[in-house]
Amino acid sequence: MVAIVVAVGGTRSWRASLAGAAGGLVVLTVLVAAAGTALRNVPLQPIRLVVGALLLVFGLQWLRKGVLRIAAQGWGVGQGDEDVDDSDVPPGQFDWTGFVLSFKGVSLEGLEVAIIVLAVGGAAGAIGSAAVGAAAAVVVLGAIGAAAYRLIGRIPRRALQLFVGALLSAFGTFWSGQGLGVHWPTGELALVWLAVGYAGAGVLLLEQVRRWRAPVPATGGRA
Amino acid sequence: MIVVRWIRAFVGFWVDFVVGDDWTVAAAVAVALLATWGLTRAGVPAWWLTPVAAVGATALSLRRAARRSRQP
Repeated sequence: MVAIVVAVGGTRSWRASLAGAAGGLVVLTVLVAAAGTALRNVPLQPIRLVVGALLLVFGLQWLRKGVLRIAAQGWGVGQGDEDVDDSDVPPGQFDWTGFVLSFKGVSLEGLEVAIIVLAVGGAAGAIGSAAVGAAAAVVVLGAIGAAAYRLIGRIPRRALQLFVGALLSAFGTFWSGQGLGVHWPTGELALVWLAVGYAGAGVLLLEQVRRWRAPVPATGGRA
Repeated sequence: MIVVRWIRAFVGFWVDFVVGDDWTVAAAVAVALLATWGLTRAGVPAWWLTPVAAVGATALSLRRAARRSRQP
């Protein structure tokens, strides 16, 4: 959840990303307040499939864009506040794409946390303690995300786009697979090796794209 | 009129979100998810299918884009 918010904020727009996260939390709060323990009956699989598929196609678009841009202009462009003509975020306009990405990440994972809290807390007869534990986890992870802000600012935007694309693709693949009933080898750890795999594929494709872009040597000339 | 404009903008946003620069990647992901669902229902382990299809479709899309922008 925090990884998606920080990644989207660092590459697109912090305002949109934080607004999306806040929107997701508001929807979750309303859902929990309105439905209460009935939330345990919400079928998570279709939600995982839809959110995962959308994250996957968007993550792949970003991975593709990152590879194309690094192949054309190198890794170092767009460091810190350097202006980059990405045309992803129109200047002066609200970034709805960043908003939706953060909103989906926060609302889906938040819904899973809410259901776990209700299930575990309800079974143990201690929903209050379970809710406090979940809230503490959100605060700690939020602090880690805030601390990562400066670190992310140092990474060139092109590189960040490629690796965030890999991260979103990994989340999307994992969730859509779960929605389809796939059993991932290594369980939740699959998120890590999927992200590493997509990032590695992106770096390998980068070299290949440079070769594809290279001028075709003239043939048929006379000596 | 405002409602029609809103609906158009809403639909356009989602089409752009899903399709992006190359519709073939989104189509390949849809086919891969469908095939994963079918294989999983048949009891065949299919966790590898979506990542392989996603990387393959992205590679093909990149090759097309790179060749279009090939330096003269």
